[in-house]
Amino acid sequence: MIATIGGWVGGRRRKKTAGPPAELLSASALTWLLTTLLLAVAPRIGELPVWLTLLFVVGVGWRGWIAFRNKSLPSRWLVLSLGLLAAAGVLIDYRTLLGRDAGMALLAAMTACKPLETRSQRDGVVLVFLGYLLVMGNLLYSQDIPMVAYLLAVLLVMLASQVMIYRQHAGLTAFAPLRLAVKMVVQAIPVMLILFVLFPRIPGPLWSLPRDAYQGRTGLSDEMMPGTVSQLSKTDEVAFRVRFVGDMPRANQLYWRGPVLWDFDGRRWARIDELPARPPAGLIPEGAALDYSVMLEPSNRRWLLALDMPASPPPRAIMTASFQILRDRPVNEVYRYEMRSYPQYRTGPLNEFQRSRALRLPESGNSRARALAAEWQARDSHPEALVNAALALFHDQDFRYTLTPPLLGGDSVDDFLFRTRQGFCEHYASAFVFLMRAAGVPARVVTGYLGGEPNQVGHYLIVRQADAHAWAEVWLPERGWVRIDPTAAVAPMRIQEGLYAAVTDPQTLPFLVRRGGDSEWLRQLAMAWDSFNNAWNEWVLAYGPDRQKEFLSGLGFGPVDWGEMTVAMTVTLAGLGLIVVGLRWRAGLVRQPVVRAWSRCCARLARRGLARGPHEGPLAYAARVAASRPELAEPLGEIARRYAALRYGPEAAPAEVRQLQRLVRQFRA
Amino acid sequence: MARSLRQRFEDWVTRGQRPSHVPIPLTRRRIYILPTRYGYAFAVLLFVLFLWSVNYSNSMGFAFTFLLAAVALNSMWRTHDNLLGLVVHPGSAEAVFAGQEARFGYRLENPGSTPRYGVGVQWQDQTPQYVDVPARGSAVVTLAIPAQRRGWLRPGRIRILTRFPLGLLQSWSWVAFEQSVLVYPCPRGQRPLPALQTGGSGGGVGEQNLGSEDYAGFRPYAPGDSPRRIAWKAATHTEQWQVKRFTDQARPELWLDWRLLGIDNVEPRLEQLCQWVLKAESDGLQYGLWVPGQRIEPAHGDSQRRRCLEALALFGEGGR
Repeated sequence: MIATIGGWVGGRRRKKTAGPPAELLSASALTWLLTTLLLAVAPRIGELPVWLTLLFVVGVGWRGWIAFRNKSLPSRWLVLSLGLLAAAGVLIDYRTLLGRDAGMALLAAMTACKPLETRSQRDGVVLVFLGYLLVMGNLLYSQDIPMVAYLLAVLLVMLASQVMIYRQHAGLTAFAPLRLAVKMVVQAIPVMLILFVLFPRIPGPLWSLPRDAYQGRTGLSDEMMPGTVSQLSKTDEVAFRVRFVGDMPRANQLYWRGPVLWDFDGRRWARIDELPARPPAGLIPEGAALDYSVMLEPSNRRWLLALDMPASPPPRAIMTASFQILRDRPVNEVYRYEMRSYPQYRTGPLNEFQRSRALRLPESGNSRARALAAEWQARDSHPEALVNAALALFHDQDFRYTLTPPLLGGDSVDDFLFRTRQGFCEHYASAFVFLMRAAGVPARVVTGYLGGEPNQVGHYLIVRQADAHAWAEVWLPERGWVRIDPTAAVAPMRIQEGLYAAVTDPQTLPFLVRRGGDSEWLRQLAMAWDSFNNAWNEWVLAYGPDRQKEFLSGLGFGPVDWGEMTVAMTVTLAGLGLIVVGLRWRAGLVRQPVVRAWSRCCARLARRGLARGPHEGPLAYAARVAASRPELAEPLGEIARRYAALRYGPEAAPAEVRQLQRLVRQFRA
Repeated sequence: MARSLRQRFEDWVTRGQRPSHVPIPLTRRRIYILPTRYGYAFAVLLFVLFLWSVNYSNSMGFAFTFLLAAVALNSMWRTHDNLLGLVVHPGSAEAVFAGQEARFGYRLENPGSTPRYGVGVQWQDQTPQYVDVPARGSAVVTLAIPAQRRGWLRPGRIRILTRFPLGLLQSWSWVAFEQSVLVYPCPRGQRPLPALQTGGSGGGVGEQNLGSEDYAGFRPYAPGDSPRRIAWKAATHTEQWQVKRFTDQARPELWLDWRLLGIDNVEPRLEQLCQWVLKAESDGLQYGLWVPGQRIEPAHGDSQRRRCLEALALFGEGGR
């Protein structure tokens, strides 16, 4: 794709023989261009292979040296083979030339080689176009405010370089192109905003993306092993933000439901593929509803987080029998959706399939835990008694809640329950569900997030990866699925006060998750910044096809389809155009007729053999004419004076222009 | 063929414009604008960026694409305005010999308060000459126009163009001035100068022995005769002007005579004569010129040289 553009622009260079020779690129334009390219690649330096970074620095530096020392360019064959070698290198490193990472590397490789054969303006344009593609590539990695601000600055320098390509004949001082670029971008912003808001958005992707498109996202996964959740707790990246319609619910209700895990192989809990619940999962609300909207950060996963228990899925998503919400495709952009949940609920009956799945355990292993469960069951087989027995075990025995639990052996549940007794939520949830199943109570693991931090600046809740949590659900005959959080039995503070209060070793937590202390003001500052980020996400990054429809319909025009959007866009742009044209017309109205009137006057004199000399100003001309035709001295002098004033003076009133035109009409040479 | 098609198209577009002898302001009606090759490539680039944004649902990608599109739109307006209001003044040019280049100066005047950068002046398919025109100032561009044939050279239509600022679009305007320069024949030929003659001695051809020193009566006026030799007093009495005749006994004189050349074609004859004129002038000789329909009395100096060359340049065209 990139190569096609490069070829299309650059390829016709030597084929064309007629016409003006290609104009050479000036040293100053080249300097601007090389600087721009360095700036555009800079954010990716850490991820590109080292050899490619070196190639880039060498390529750009070499070209700069050539320009500075007036050396000749390396031969075309050398550059071509260097380019092919670099492409081969990318192919070997990434095993592909497609996709985000390899594409970016290829782009950087081309940008490294192209300057070495850059001599004409045409080559300069190819470099600028490569630069635009590099900027776009950077946006695929991050759309955070600082990155966007940086790329905007790069864009300005790039536009200035493009100006320099055409402005090499002298003239502009060093920063004039930059000023011009700033002016152009500022003036372009209204059009950009109109297009951004009204251009009908197409839900992507148009074709399947390479697999590496969204690598490197942290977040919940669809399986749970000892350590997976505590690993997440070490990052304070934002998972999602929530804005409630009414008051925020209490902290112990903030269970954000994610993947529900059914299958256990002795160590690992895994999801099962579920179809949409039909009829809808059978939620029986018992209390007030909670309405809220979620701004989910890209996760590259299909599931959407919702409070226990979601009532129905948002558009383009389904709800499974275990109340998981799944979108039709992975979330790879900031995604906003609205939800309704019922904190108080019952659920309907359990079917046979679910019951067998919710009781299934591996054939063997963890024999001590099984024995313990059997012992409880023999004492009191009532499910609630069994739940309480397990919770009492965690509460009364010497269990500790820690982010850095010791490693577990092969029988992970036994090892945890009877030996280490130190664990994070996934250890407790896993052991609890195992005990329940072994005692004959249908149970499953639910992963998600717990709690969140209210942002007082923006009145919303921030949920971070550090808030990741795992808990359990057991099925009780009278109430259906009931949430049991075994962590609460060990560290009740985790539910009430959050992670910071609950763990015994808070210094292992990421900075933004800690509370109190000397750096509290810094955290407050971080909150303000986050609130800004949230607005950015909510209004800018999440502005996709759905949000666009919602926003435009919300303006009071009712449901809007893409045809109407196109019309609205065209009309708005045309309106803006009319305003600009009108303003320019008014400004032009004053000066243009002045010149025309004066030319008419000169033409009349020229027919009488008194043509104006090419270097003669209006007043000098009038004086010369007056010398040979004294009778013209007065009218022509008047016209010349007025012309000079109107033309070179400050903006004049239309009446004065009309006066000049009248004088010229009356003028007879 | 393509070139002539283009030429015809230009003729059609500018059909209403007569060559002007006064400065031409570039008004909206005269300025045309179209994307350049890079402009079209840029459109393709924008489309690629758009698809990219759709595929990755990249909100900032859309913003970036739209911003670039808006900047391109903005540059369209700027490219157009870079010419708008400029006033083109025709310049004079010095006569040249065929085969040389006539240098026409054009002055671009910028009455506005914004400088105009990278304004090109182009004649036919030549490489445009670019200048910057400062605010409320002017800049001169000299076009070297090849003078291929003798006679009047009229550059005719020239093109004022600009691609500033981004090179995505080119705006241009055609202007034509009532403007010409005389092209002398190319001084070419191998023949040595004809033999010198002294006044009265030569019975050769015509009145080649006429000089400027001694008065020798009247003869009827012929085109090309110096006005200084016209008998103005006598002219008041008669219809036919009389020219005073002088014989120059002391100085040898040279007649550069068309009839001395046994060459069939007109142009080589003129070229040889032209070469002779230059040679005679540089040798410091008194020389006269005879071509069918015109004779120039022997003399020496810049004005003589110019008169002879003009006669040669306009031979067969009936003057102007």
